[in-house]
Amino acid sequence: MADVTAGATPSPSETRPVRFRGGGFLPKPRRIIGFITFAVILLAWELGSRSGVIPALVLPAPSEAWAAFMDLVRSGNLQKHLSASLWRLFLGFTFGSILGLIVGTAIGLNSLARSALAPLVSAIFPIPKIALLPLFIIWFGIGEGSKVATILFGCFFPTVIATYGGIDSVDRALIRMGQSFGLSRVDIIRKIVLPAALPAILSGMRISASISIILLVAAEMIGAEYGIGAYVLLAGNLMSTDQLIAGVAMLSVFGLTVNYLITLAERRFLAWRN
Amino acid sequence: MDLRVEGLSHRYDDLEVLRDINLEINAGEIVCVIGPSGCGKSTLLRLLGGLEQPSEGQVLQVGEPPEGSLNPLTYVFQDFALLPWRSVEGNVSLVLEGHKIPAAEKEARIADVLERTRLSDFRNAVPKQLSGGMKQRVAIARALSVNPAVLLMDEPLSALDSQTRELLMDDLIDLWERERFTSCYITHNLAEAVRLGHKVVVLSRRPGLIREVVEIDMPLKERTLSNPVVAGIQQQLWDMMRKEAQAADVELAG
Ligand SMILES: Nc1ncnc2c1ncn2[C@@H]1O[C@H](COP(=O)(O)OP(=O)(O)OP(=O)(O)O)[C@@H](O)[C@H]1O
Ligand SMILES: [Mg+2]
Repeated sequence: MADVTAGATPSPSETRPVRFRGGGFLPKPRRIIGFITFAVILLAWELGSRSGVIPALVLPAPSEAWAAFMDLVRSGNLQKHLSASLWRLFLGFTFGSILGLIVGTAIGLNSLARSALAPLVSAIFPIPKIALLPLFIIWFGIGEGSKVATILFGCFFPTVIATYGGIDSVDRALIRMGQSFGLSRVDIIRKIVLPAALPAILSGMRISASISIILLVAAEMIGAEYGIGAYVLLAGNLMSTDQLIAGVAMLSVFGLTVNYLITLAERRFLAWRN
Repeated sequence: MDLRVEGLSHRYDDLEVLRDINLEINAGEIVCVIGPSGCGKSTLLRLLGGLEQPSEGQVLQVGEPPEGSLNPLTYVFQDFALLPWRSVEGNVSLVLEGHKIPAAEKEARIADVLERTRLSDFRNAVPKQLSGGMKQRVAIARALSVNPAVLLMDEPLSALDSQTRELLMDDLIDLWERERFTSCYITHNLAEAVRLGHKVVVLSRRPGLIREVVEIDMPLKERTLSNPVVAGIQQQLWDMMRKEAQAADVELAG
């Protein structure tokens, strides 16, 4: 009996563990590595500038940009630039998103709205909104109106598209469930459709937030006294590249902050997904 | 409250799905509907609860729904249809929120149905944390919370594994023994039909028409797996269905 089984098992030389081949394709964010990347680049840049490998005319050292930033802080202008920019961003982004949500929901739920507006949105979405700025200046004046309108327009379209795309992919079985329990139309939209579309809406907001920062700067470069865009433009005109880098870095921090806020919102509202 | 189906036919464009269905669902009885795939069982159920409009014929409510019924015709779906972002409690309260009932009564209804479906300990769990059987119990709790006159169930157990199905089947039988609810229960599992049904309606392949209505007047409690009478009826139903199922299978494949 023992002989028979021994004969059936393969000889030891053929025995080996099964090779693991299921790994990879699951990138996990390691925050520390992100910081290290930044630090390494800044350090190399600083060292390059100090040693003369990077000529100061081509690219100022990070420390010079920092000094320019501190000058700005001391002059008291930082607050004026920042508050002007943030206020425009806030108005444009908030109203653009709200209008986008409303129109997107209408397109997502109503046949008439869909037939009438969806083609229009597709036609206007790809137009660079900055090309319309001269028109906006005529319509809304050279002051705040035209700048806010540019950002508002820029946010509006991606939000519309994300919202109705999200609504289209809501599980119809859930909607039918709502109807079968006699929920009102408003309740079905508020308690079933919009929460289910929220992941898509938030990723749309991520995109529209970046677009609004780009448009903010572009709009401020055309006739604004204060604002990060105006500061950067002035720095460029004077060839003071240290100020330019300082301004651009502030924009980057804007972007990171907005992204972080949206991530927080996702964590708060979409916790049920994981 | 009874449901009466009169001369019901339904078609989707050129596809005739149901033909001349006449049926009574009387208060306190479970009517099981069986039939080969694609014969229109789910369509029939959607017509019964008003989720779809019949091409011909009508569905009538006979008598008044019970006192305090918020939604007389209430579904239990095959895929549970729970909102993943709401807790067990939240999923039940969803269907109570639209009605003007005092907060205390709402709370009492929730506590009551969770108790009846043995879910009280899982009040704050979200669907993702629950097993399939528990999800379906949540869906049943939600359905019971509106105090329905007729429960419309579309293959409520077929997304579950066979052991869970067996347990939930026992739960349903207990529930019926206690509350004598009225139900139309769609299944393509003959064993479920003979364990639960006071009437078993056999539909033909598409277009679905009623082939036979088999009445089983044995108390639900006595219909155990080993009971020879139950097995006999199940065999009888299978003999009726076999040819239809074979034909339907070839139709769908071809
Ligand atoms: N909304 C619809 N539009 C067009 N055809 C449909 C629709 N719903 C169902 N059908 C068709 O009607 C027929 C009956 O469908 P139904 O879902 O009622 O069958 P069923 O008996 O429930 O099948 P199963 O056993 O697979 O659940 C099928 O051929 C299906 O393709
Ligand atoms: Mg079906």
